[in-house]
Amino acid sequence: MNQSEFAAALLDPNCPQPAGLITPDGGPAPKRFAVYRNNVAVSLTEVLRAAFPAIERLVGAAFFAAMAGEFLRRHPPRSRIMMLYGDEFAGFLSGFAPVAAYPYLPDVARLEQAMRESYHAADNIAVPPAILAATPEATWLSSRLTLAPALRLISSPWPIHAIWQANLDDGPDPVMRAEDVLILRPEFDPRPHLLPKGAALLISALQNRATVAEALSQAGPNLDLSATLTLLMGGGAITGLHK
Amino acid sequence: MRDTRFPTLPHGPGVGYKPQHFAAILAGAVPVEWLEIHAENYMGDGGRPLAQLRILAERFPISLHGVGLSIGGEVLDESHLARLKTLCDWLNPASFSEHLAWSTHDGAYFNDLLPLPYTVATVARVSNHIDRVQQVLDRQMLLENPSSYLAFAEAEMSEVEFLRQVAARTGCGLLLDVNNVFVSAINLAFEPLDYIDAFPLDLVGEIHLGGHDADRDETGAALLIDSHGHPVADPVWSLYAATIARSGPKPTLIEWDNDVPDWPALTAEAARAAAILAPGR
Repeated sequence: MNQSEFAAALLDPNCPQPAGLITPDGGPAPKRFAVYRNNVAVSLTEVLRAAFPAIERLVGAAFFAAMAGEFLRRHPPRSRIMMLYGDEFAGFLSGFAPVAAYPYLPDVARLEQAMRESYHAADNIAVPPAILAATPEATWLSSRLTLAPALRLISSPWPIHAIWQANLDDGPDPVMRAEDVLILRPEFDPRPHLLPKGAALLISALQNRATVAEALSQAGPNLDLSATLTLLMGGGAITGLHK
Repeated sequence: MRDTRFPTLPHGPGVGYKPQHFAAILAGAVPVEWLEIHAENYMGDGGRPLAQLRILAERFPISLHGVGLSIGGEVLDESHLARLKTLCDWLNPASFSEHLAWSTHDGAYFNDLLPLPYTVATVARVSNHIDRVQQVLDRQMLLENPSSYLAFAEAEMSEVEFLRQVAARTGCGLLLDVNNVFVSAINLAFEPLDYIDAFPLDLVGEIHLGGHDADRDETGAALLIDSHGHPVADPVWSLYAATIARSGPKPTLIEWDNDVPDWPALTAEAARAAAILAPGR
């Protein structure tokens, strides 16, 4: 048997099944080969369904299954670790003509993928809030922060946090606006938080190893610093404070 | 490598671990003696999966069962093997097992266990890969017999002869999946008890039991699918009892991976295996 032919026929239903696969009577075995084809498609679709529940709610189960079938044929897994399979799904949705009328879908998918990454990210111990509170302002301003490995920041021109909440958390109907989302994982369960204005610029600068003073200047005067710090400290986001 | 109080699997019942059962497992006395986990589900950097595993491994012998190594593939992926070694060294499981199958080609992973033709050339390739796995992990592995849906015109030997030759060349042990034997026997029209009688039961380090689905092929012939979504079927229990009568007690796993039942339903299956194992223990 040639594994190249077998592999090609697995993913492409129009590709003839490899020669030499037989029933116990020695006859051709198309339905038996189809078991493998079906196992591959069903198991990978199941992975995507579990990964992108908000997208499934938005497009419906039947449409999602058909779309997943397209995706897995174009983008079969490149890793044997299924916990993050689907990192190309958002990009696929951007170019998938049948969903062109729903331009927010790719960013919702990015949010869902970031939630999975956060769930499996390395554990880390946050700096205790009492120590952060006791740190003098001058020390803060000149420091660079290490942020938790499970922290993820997603900015979108669409109300992705509201869309996520409306579909998975019984939130109210979304209102059209841009939203920045910060995912934090205080212990084991990631939660997406809607960021106040300017906070995404601050956090992005901190991720890029700016000092707190530099990050504040990049965030601009509209930043709600108190709300942002409360969020970061409450979510265990700050794991180090360095010169 | 962490110390372990559990260097081997007990010759009693175990179940495939599912996170939804975590609280029930820790709540009190449980009628299972060991747990099996799929290695690839614990290859993340952290979070709840590894935290739960750390707690479970303190209390139960763990069988580490790989599903993605693709031992029958054309090349063995050294980077995946290295990840497996990292997990294996950290966990120090009571057993490591993988499948006689392939699941990757040219960098793509198919998330399914694909079949191999039983030829002299395949014996050589699979044996070379097992040699490498056992060398890197620095431990013996168990190789599991697959569920077969079709046969290969080019086959040169039976599955049992193939497994015997690979075990003889590599020194690996075998994982006997009794449901897979039954599924393959129906699909390929052989007598399941003949397979058990020919099987080198002294090399078996673990037994798997799981549920299957029933379908038919285009000629109307029965086609069973290894789905792990049901209770173990009655004829599989009979075949298992006949196996244990020949082999003596073996560590026996209930596999239930789809439509996972609640903990009492799963452990009822484990109790049924325990009753079959009890007379010999």
